[in-house]
Amino acid sequence: MSEISVREALRDAMAEEMRLDKNVFLMGEEVAQYQGAYKVSQGLLEEFGERRVVDTPITESGFTGIGVGASMGGLKPIVEFMTFNFAMQAIDHIINSAAKTLYMSGGLIPIPIVFRGPNGPASRVGAQHSQCFASWYAHVPGLKVVSPWSAQDAKGLLKASIRDPNPVVFLENELLYGEVFEIPETEEDIIPIGKGNIVRAGCDITVTAFSAMVPKAIQAADMVAHEGISVEIIDLRTIKPLDSDIILDSVKKTNRLLTLEEGWQSSGIGAEIAAIVVSSAFDYLDAPIERITGVDVPMPYAANLENIALPQVNTIAESICRLCHKRI
Amino acid sequence: MPQKKNKKLQPIQKQLLPADISEETLHTFYREMLLIRRFEEKAGQLYGMGKIGGFCHLYIGQEAVITGVQSSLSDGDSVITGYRCHGHMLSAGASPKEVMAELTGKVAGVSQGKGGSMHMFVRGKFYGGHGIVGAQVPLGTGLAFANKYNGNDRVTVTFFGDGAANQGQVFEAFNMAALWKLPVIYVIENNQYAMGTALSRSTAIEELYRRGAAFGIDGQRVDGMDVLEVKRVTEAAVSKCRLGEGPILLELMTYRYRGHSMSDPAKYRSKEEVHKVRDERDPIENLKKLIVDSGYKTEEDLKKEDKSIRSMISEAAEFAQMSPEPDPSALTTDIYMDDRWVDRKNV
Repeated sequence: MSEISVREALRDAMAEEMRLDKNVFLMGEEVAQYQGAYKVSQGLLEEFGERRVVDTPITESGFTGIGVGASMGGLKPIVEFMTFNFAMQAIDHIINSAAKTLYMSGGLIPIPIVFRGPNGPASRVGAQHSQCFASWYAHVPGLKVVSPWSAQDAKGLLKASIRDPNPVVFLENELLYGEVFEIPETEEDIIPIGKGNIVRAGCDITVTAFSAMVPKAIQAADMVAHEGISVEIIDLRTIKPLDSDIILDSVKKTNRLLTLEEGWQSSGIGAEIAAIVVSSAFDYLDAPIERITGVDVPMPYAANLENIALPQVNTIAESICRLCHKRI
Repeated sequence: MPQKKNKKLQPIQKQLLPADISEETLHTFYREMLLIRRFEEKAGQLYGMGKIGGFCHLYIGQEAVITGVQSSLSDGDSVITGYRCHGHMLSAGASPKEVMAELTGKVAGVSQGKGGSMHMFVRGKFYGGHGIVGAQVPLGTGLAFANKYNGNDRVTVTFFGDGAANQGQVFEAFNMAALWKLPVIYVIENNQYAMGTALSRSTAIEELYRRGAAFGIDGQRVDGMDVLEVKRVTEAAVSKCRLGEGPILLELMTYRYRGHSMSDPAKYRSKEEVHKVRDERDPIENLKKLIVDSGYKTEEDLKKEDKSIRSMISEAAEFAQMSPEPDPSALTTDIYMDDRWVDRKNV
């Protein structure tokens, strides 16, 4: 075992894939000389040079389109967004140019490309810099959407995303970059896209989470363990294609479901999971499905308001107890 | 950059051929442009009959642009454009049958009926066929980026219209293309109207060839109704690009005779205006005159040829109507490279 941060895991994933495949390159704002706005690309310029680690101007629509075009031309770009909030400028190319071209061309023109960068609320950065885009991209046929929590998953899933022959939206989280995880030293560290992970096994209730919500789910599970509630936590890891089997198998065992996400509730990931469970495991449910999400408001700046706009451990624990008919 | 005055556009003069243009080349151009025109006329008919659905943007009047440009390219060079792409497909060597079958939404279409009039591709040569106005400009710049990355001497020609020229991402692409010296030639097909909006009503400075000046991109205005002029200028631009002197901007002055799409009656301009261009500047008629005057072919020869092209197009139309629709199972293929990913539960 060795210790590694999520930031290093992402960098290692890119470096290893760039060593393996000369067509893989990284482009984005501040990725080269500055070593990444969040230092995720630390050391890559030094190893691979400016041909393969490309600083772009601040021009999301333009460089995303260039990335997709380079992919059409046979390369495998990794396009870094300084945050996914800025990818709104480029979402036309992600959806109309990247996601749809294989279909529109009758299978003739594949677009292997990774769009990656921090997603979701950070801390005290206000409404335009705090938003989860998971459900936006998960809505789109032709895209795969990945959002890891641990360093091992970040590395294994980013490697899988770079090797994937389709466009992949890879949603990271700024607040997780510095988190350190133990990572086993195995030869094959690819983690397949489309597979969830049972982070903690339990028998009373299923909690689904992804990215920064996973540690909150673990903390809440620790709290309710004192009440004798055994929580099964599923880290979705991939949002599209969603691993519905792992969710359904778990719910059939626990008979209860709570979904967690930082994104807004309306038409969110929780809504999708609830619909899947209701249509395929309705008879197994012993309680209504609950969703804990970000509140449907633009993110406020004030610390107290930001706090209540986001899912908190206490709220999660309360919800678990309510669903399991226990008082906390 | 050269501040060329707006050159007065004249029909091709009865003159001696340039030394490097053979009579055979003229003849090839004639056939290629006529093929596009007859194809588009037929597509218009089929649209009127309800055999083609949705949007259908015809290229009639603009044939010299793609014909002249394509003749300057070599194997490995690539082309990309917007939704007015039938002519570009034919010029890239796609068969009229398969292009027409795409328009009718049939399985034999170049995109198996899944793309339609606006989304067609020839792998390794023509990269679409894009429906979001201006989006093809960064995409084409990205194709050029890939060529530069690979260290080859291939060139990408990125076409867009006078309407797309006002999209912000065009300038974003210009900036990066100039910054990274990418081997891309931007060709603005200036047909004077962005859908129904005349250039003067949409564009502060109408000399679009100057649009690259802020980025140090040389621009040139060219008579896009004169296939020989298009060829001459494009060949020079391609040579420069191959030597690493790209990007380059060309504004090709052209005109579409039909509406923006089949549903546009084009009431924003007078019939006289259209007739005047047709009578004086038509790229095919003017070339025909030149061929006949040169004595290489008689009017009768060319008529015969027109007839054979018309019959080829009729066959294509017949094929496009007779070909079966895609199998319903095609609905959920080609979404991912590995179709195991496709969720068929809600199909």
